[in-house]
Amino acid sequence: MAKTVLLVGTRKGLFLLESDNRRDWNLRGPLCESWPIYNAIIDESGTIYAAAASEWLGSSVWRSSDLGETWSQSSEGLNYEGVDGLKLNKISSLATGHGKLYVGAESVGLFESTDEGQTFSLVSTLDGAPGREVWNDPAMQPPGHLGLSAILPFPDSPDHLRVIVQGNSTFDTTDGGKTWEPRNRGLRRDWPPPPNEEVGFCVHKLAPSPDPDRWYQQNHVGMWRSDDGGTNWTEITEGLPSEFGFAAAAHPHDRETFYCIPLDPGHGRTMPDGQAAVWRTRDAGSSWQKLTKGLPERDAYVGVLRDGMVRDDQDDFGLFFGTSTGQVFASLDEGESWTEVADYLPSIQSVRVATLA
Amino acid sequence: MADVHLPSALRPLFADLPRHVDVEAPTVLDAIAELDRRWPGLRDRLCEEGPALRRHIHVYVDGERGDLATEVPANARLEVIAAISGG
Repeated sequence: MAKTVLLVGTRKGLFLLESDNRRDWNLRGPLCESWPIYNAIIDESGTIYAAAASEWLGSSVWRSSDLGETWSQSSEGLNYEGVDGLKLNKISSLATGHGKLYVGAESVGLFESTDEGQTFSLVSTLDGAPGREVWNDPAMQPPGHLGLSAILPFPDSPDHLRVIVQGNSTFDTTDGGKTWEPRNRGLRRDWPPPPNEEVGFCVHKLAPSPDPDRWYQQNHVGMWRSDDGGTNWTEITEGLPSEFGFAAAAHPHDRETFYCIPLDPGHGRTMPDGQAAVWRTRDAGSSWQKLTKGLPERDAYVGVLRDGMVRDDQDDFGLFFGTSTGQVFASLDEGESWTEVADYLPSIQSVRVATLA
Repeated sequence: MADVHLPSALRPLFADLPRHVDVEAPTVLDAIAELDRRWPGLRDRLCEEGPALRRHIHVYVDGERGDLATEVPANARLEVIAAISGG
């Protein structure tokens, strides 16, 4: 029987939720010495990597090849030594692809490891990309800046990557990080444009569908859909209670179905009216359904961050999200109903899932 | 030999790392380099680019606040402190 593992990255360490049936869950943690975990993933071999950033001891990638029983950590090469005065304040994103482990950092940079997280080398600080000249200026950054907040390798080529620079842009490289092209056409912004109007967009989350041409995006201002692989974007916000949110997930087998969690856009950034809800479209954003069964219906002022929702790839896929108040919810019926599978965890920053044979 | 006192938060990260280590080094930076030679990766936990001490890591040589360039006399007590902060 397949085993499902949820990797729950929190402000106080990594937790693992394990299940043989996705109904009964066993919790382990806190792991990684309770360092703040911004992201954690499992690669094809079953090795766990966790991007951790301690206020005291700096950033490091934690690694476990035995499902969290034993750990090592390394930051060898994870720095900007000799690079234009840049300082690595935290590592915030992880991805694997083509035999490499990728790490995204703030200040904005992309690192890679070809020895399973033992050593790292700088791939790019996105020199030459529009906006690069200002985005490492602290005065231009929001509190808690994540820098390179997402890395999405493409399966077609090891040189083809998509990344998000928080508060600035989606960028693609097709030459292994030598050059970067913005992917924001059609998006709107509710603030003055920067000198180069191709950038200056606040991309929170990119969610690729099973059709490589169809992508979804939760932006600071609006929900968006692309039908050409992420080059041009069309707004699909109408019908949602808020244009703001972070988390998003696409159906693993149906390009038309997509999930998001709208939030109030002010300082609170919690679900509207104190009612927890996931919203779903089955027609690529033409209409939306509010899904609340099993979720807190009142007095629930909870948020979900950009890496807080995920789904697995099984035929009867599972959908999962973790909250700012330490709950993890799961749905096994495409979001129709939800079950709380963990509570009283530290504030959750990321949720990832793996199905192990 | 200087008597180096290390913060307890480092111990789970490095096998067999004691709280107190005898090190012979002319400066704090050299002492940390020697510790890194014995426990690879330790320097990264205490220092950032520059090199400079991380913001919440302080060092004291015989009770006086120092930095990476501070000299470490023979038989000095070098205390490396992780600042008490946060929540």
